[in-house]
Amino acid sequence: MTHNIYIYILVTGLVSYLIRVLPLTLIRKQIQSRFVRSFLYYVPYVTLSVMTFPAIIEATQVPIAGACALILGMIAAWRGASLFKVSVGCCAVVFLVETFYYFF
Amino acid sequence: MSKLYETKNKTAFREGIRDAVPIGFGYLAVSFSLGIAARKAGLDPFQGFLASFFNNASAGEYAAFTLIAANATYLEIALMTFIANARYILMSCALSQKMSPDTPLIHRFLISFDVTDELFAISIGRPGYLNPYYSYGAFLIALPAWSIGTTLGIITGNILPLRIVSALSVALYGMFLAVIIPPARSNKVILILVILSALCSYLSGVLPVISSLSGGLRTILLTVMISVGAAIFFPIKNPEEDAKDDA
Repeated sequence: MTHNIYIYILVTGLVSYLIRVLPLTLIRKQIQSRFVRSFLYYVPYVTLSVMTFPAIIEATQVPIAGACALILGMIAAWRGASLFKVSVGCCAVVFLVETFYYFF
Repeated sequence: MSKLYETKNKTAFREGIRDAVPIGFGYLAVSFSLGIAARKAGLDPFQGFLASFFNNASAGEYAAFTLIAANATYLEIALMTFIANARYILMSCALSQKMSPDTPLIHRFLISFDVTDELFAISIGRPGYLNPYYSYGAFLIALPAWSIGTTLGIITGNILPLRIVSALSVALYGMFLAVIIPPARSNKVILILVILSALCSYLSGVLPVISSLSGGLRTILLTVMISVGAAIFFPIKNPEEDAKDDA
C-alpha cells in the first residue's frame, strides 16, 4: 500500500502540536506542589546540558573544533557575553580550527 | 496603562527578533541537512516546507522522513513522532509555569506552535514571566528559517560547503551554553546539575544497553531522573522570586 505524503505530514504535525499544546493549555495555574515546582524549575538546565554535551563535539567535522567551541563558549558565557556573541563565537572557533586543521 | 503594555510588548517583540537571529542561522544549517533527508524520502520542496513548518522538530522530523522513506504506516509515524518529541511535553510543562496566570488562552495556543529546544532555551532565559510577544518576535525569524532551510536542502542538496555547515552546526549549542552557564555561576545547585547532566549524557552514550536507546529517549530519561533527584534533595525555596512579573 502506498501512503500519501500530505497525510504523513498532517499526522506528524498534529502529534507534534498536541504534545506542546496540551501541557501549555491544561496547566494554567501556578502549580502548588513544591516538589513539582522544583522539578520543573530544574528541567531546563538539566535537559539543555544533556543535549549540549557531548553533542557539540559530535556535531563538527573535527571533534577538537567542537571541544574548542565548548570551552570558549563556556568562558564567554561565564563572563556574561550575550546569547548572540556566545553563539557566533562558537561558530567562528569551529571555522578557524577546522580551516587550520585541514590546512596542515 | 494600555499604552505601557503596548510599549512593553513592542520591546519584547524586538528582543525576541534579536535573540532569534543566531537561532535562525543555526536552523538554516540544521534544516538544510534535514532537507537532504527529506529529499531521499521523496518529499518535494513544498512538502518539505510544510513538514518543517508544522513540526518544528529536528529529531522528530528526521525520524519521520526515515519512516516515510520506508513506507511506514500512519500509526507508526504517529508513534515515532510522539517518542522523538516527547521531551517537548516536559518543556511545555515548564513553560506553563513561566507564563503569567493572567495570560489569555489564545497566547498559550499560539506559543505551543513552536516550542523547540532553542526557543524554549531563550524563553527560560528571560527574567520573570514570559511575554508572549517575545515568542512571536522569535517565531518571526525561527519559523521561516526552519521551513525555508528544509526547502533549500531539498532543492540544492549538497551545494553548501561542508565546513560552513560544520561551523553553523554549533550555533545552537553556543546558545544553550549562554542560557545554562550564567545561572550556574550564581547558583551552586545548578552548577552541579549542569556538570552531572553532561557527565551522565556522555556515559549514556557509551554504556551498554542504555546507549542502544534513541537519543530522544535518553534525553527524556536523564532529564526526568536528574530533575527528580534535584527536586528531592534541593527543593526550591520561593518560586515567586524566580518569577517576578515583567510582562
